[in-house]
Amino acid sequence: MKPVTGSKIVVGMSGGVDSSVAAALLKDQGYDVIGVMLRLWSDSETENRCCAPDAQLEARRIASQLDIPFYVIDAQEAFYQAVVQPFIDGYAAGNTPNPCLNCNRQIRWQFLRSRAKALGAEYIATGHYARIESSENGGYRLLKNPDPDKDQSYFLHVLTQEDLSQTMFPLADLSKPEVRQLAREFGLAVAERPDSQDLCFIGHGNYRDFLRKVNPSSIKPGPILDLNGSVLGEHQGLADYTIGQRKGLGITGAEPYYVVEKDFEKNALIIGFKIELGRIGFYAADINWINGESPSESISADIKIRYKSKAMPGKITPLDNNLAQIDLTESLPDITPGQAAVFYQGQVCLGGGIIQREAL
Amino acid sequence: MKRIYLDYAATTPVDERVIDAMLPYFKENFGNPSSVHGFGQISDSALDKSRRSIAANLGAEPSEIVFTSCGSESDNLAIRGTAFSRRKQFGFNHILISPIEHPAVQATADQLSALHGFEVSYLPVDQLGLVDREAFENHLREDTALVSIMAANNEIGTINHLPEISEICRNRRIPIHTDAVQYGAHHEINVDTLGVDLISLGAHKFYGPKGVGVLYVRSGTKLLPTQTGGSQEFGFRAATENIPLIVGMAEAYRLVQEEGPSRREHLIPLRNQIINFVLDEIPASLLTGGSLQHRLPNHASFVFENLDGNLLVQVLDSEGFACSSGSACKTGDPKPSSVLTNLGYEPNWALGSLRVTLGKDTTQKEVDQFLEILPGCIRRVREVSS
Repeated sequence: MKPVTGSKIVVGMSGGVDSSVAAALLKDQGYDVIGVMLRLWSDSETENRCCAPDAQLEARRIASQLDIPFYVIDAQEAFYQAVVQPFIDGYAAGNTPNPCLNCNRQIRWQFLRSRAKALGAEYIATGHYARIESSENGGYRLLKNPDPDKDQSYFLHVLTQEDLSQTMFPLADLSKPEVRQLAREFGLAVAERPDSQDLCFIGHGNYRDFLRKVNPSSIKPGPILDLNGSVLGEHQGLADYTIGQRKGLGITGAEPYYVVEKDFEKNALIIGFKIELGRIGFYAADINWINGESPSESISADIKIRYKSKAMPGKITPLDNNLAQIDLTESLPDITPGQAAVFYQGQVCLGGGIIQREAL
Repeated sequence: MKRIYLDYAATTPVDERVIDAMLPYFKENFGNPSSVHGFGQISDSALDKSRRSIAANLGAEPSEIVFTSCGSESDNLAIRGTAFSRRKQFGFNHILISPIEHPAVQATADQLSALHGFEVSYLPVDQLGLVDREAFENHLREDTALVSIMAANNEIGTINHLPEISEICRNRRIPIHTDAVQYGAHHEINVDTLGVDLISLGAHKFYGPKGVGVLYVRSGTKLLPTQTGGSQEFGFRAATENIPLIVGMAEAYRLVQEEGPSRREHLIPLRNQIINFVLDEIPASLLTGGSLQHRLPNHASFVFENLDGNLLVQVLDSEGFACSSGSACKTGDPKPSSVLTNLGYEPNWALGSLRVTLGKDTTQKEVDQFLEILPGCIRRVREVSS
């Protein structure tokens, strides 16, 4: 269902080319467009990169050029609760959390939609590269952008039917060159700026410095073990490592070592050779099925375990409590607890969940 | 969508008559008033005429009128200029201000304290923002260099009783300054009735242009210039005078005198309608600042419990009504206004402030339309405010 022409639509604006073109397209289609940027929490050292002063200035400039109102809405507290705290807790539990997923679910949709409603807008829009389609049964489907390098459905798998029913993605199937061309046609001189920036809330240091500051106990030295349990060295904190990592281990062997596992109970880093790395199956939790219903039995799907990784065929078996068992056709070296596994059938994004540490 | 402006305390549109008065001084009569030639003489004459006009309307002497670039500059010149002069002459280091001054006064006093060793103390005010006369006397010291108390507050509209306070200062021979940027936009001022030594005014609050202000300096009040250079403005403010804006300010201020009573007669019932409506119809709402007697005639200001004032202003704007909030901040980082927290409001009230300020051309219909949409906007914002 497209909103009727002339109705109010809130567009999340980052100051970058994608959201600027999204706003321009909607304005061009006759909607009453309101530009909004959310003010997000940031480590005290600096402004959050998703709403930094230069980003605000750019977004304001574009809004003025498009002759639409532009507001920056305070979401600092909500962002801290929904994104930053779970990020800190995730590392403390030995995971590598993906904060953008919580941000999309709770801030960029739930929070923004509520503020949009207060502003009198039933719909929100963003500059994501993905498409929403009405399905035969009256629901909504999320589809990939045809360009695998630009497709952002991975981050959008957390959206619900209600979210999709009140969302527009004006860029839909467009390619990046087409969006740049549109920016030129609209006369928008905008720089490239990713719509969301990973770890936008952490200042000049890196996330390890941030964790050391906010939760020192989550970063303590421990043993580096091989798969037989022999001690090979000492690590400086499990948060410093990610599954599949090769560089920076400082341990030489007959062949290169990789991080195979993080044993949070023992605070041990388990390393092994390439052949020992990899899992072919795992559990995923907090599964969101975009159509709102879990399948009653196993289904075949393509599974993406990272934003930039290729999808791999596999089988998804729904379990109780929003869990699912994922069986891949081949083992993958970098299955990382805390990251999302996202399921596709063809162009359709079915949903996804969070990769769990526990082995099958 | 027709947009309705209800933020006249922020700024006002320039009156047509003021524009007409200014126009000849941009292009035809562009001379520098300090020049010897005829071009300069025309400008000098316009400057003199403007100064005399404002002086006459204030009951002051022309030599007591210093043109500046804005109300904030007038505040800076008054406070810095007097503080440094009194220190130089007498070694006095104490500055006494109210806790709800405009940032132009507050931040200036803060800097004098932080960088120059002045000691700043604050007068007690009641919850309406009124300075207590007796408490005032107790706060004066032997080494008080300067007192500054705003005539009317921009955020909460409260009008102070300056004549009583200035009398005390006069008896103690302590210079007293008042920021009358809001007050002077609505009320005729007589410098002897008000009794203060220094008065700041800004033209754009009364349908004059932005970028021009006045500091009234009572004859005999000593102050050091803060902007040094040529000897313009009796040596108090170096700069080639901005003749078109000065001419505009004089015309706009003449109109304040001429039309002041009729403007107030128009504004007060509309203001009272808004205040009564909000207090009756909106749950958990409070009027901030002065009672109807001690309040600017165009000024209605409220706090609403548990409401994001910033979002309310955005929602009202999207409905076509331009208002403001003390905590509003266009970068999305609202803080409770220091005026409201200093008056004792808790953050869950202070963050939910709304200021509605009317203008001489505001109509009954505009006020009715505003009051029609206001309760719904507040309800929607409250639903999402935590």
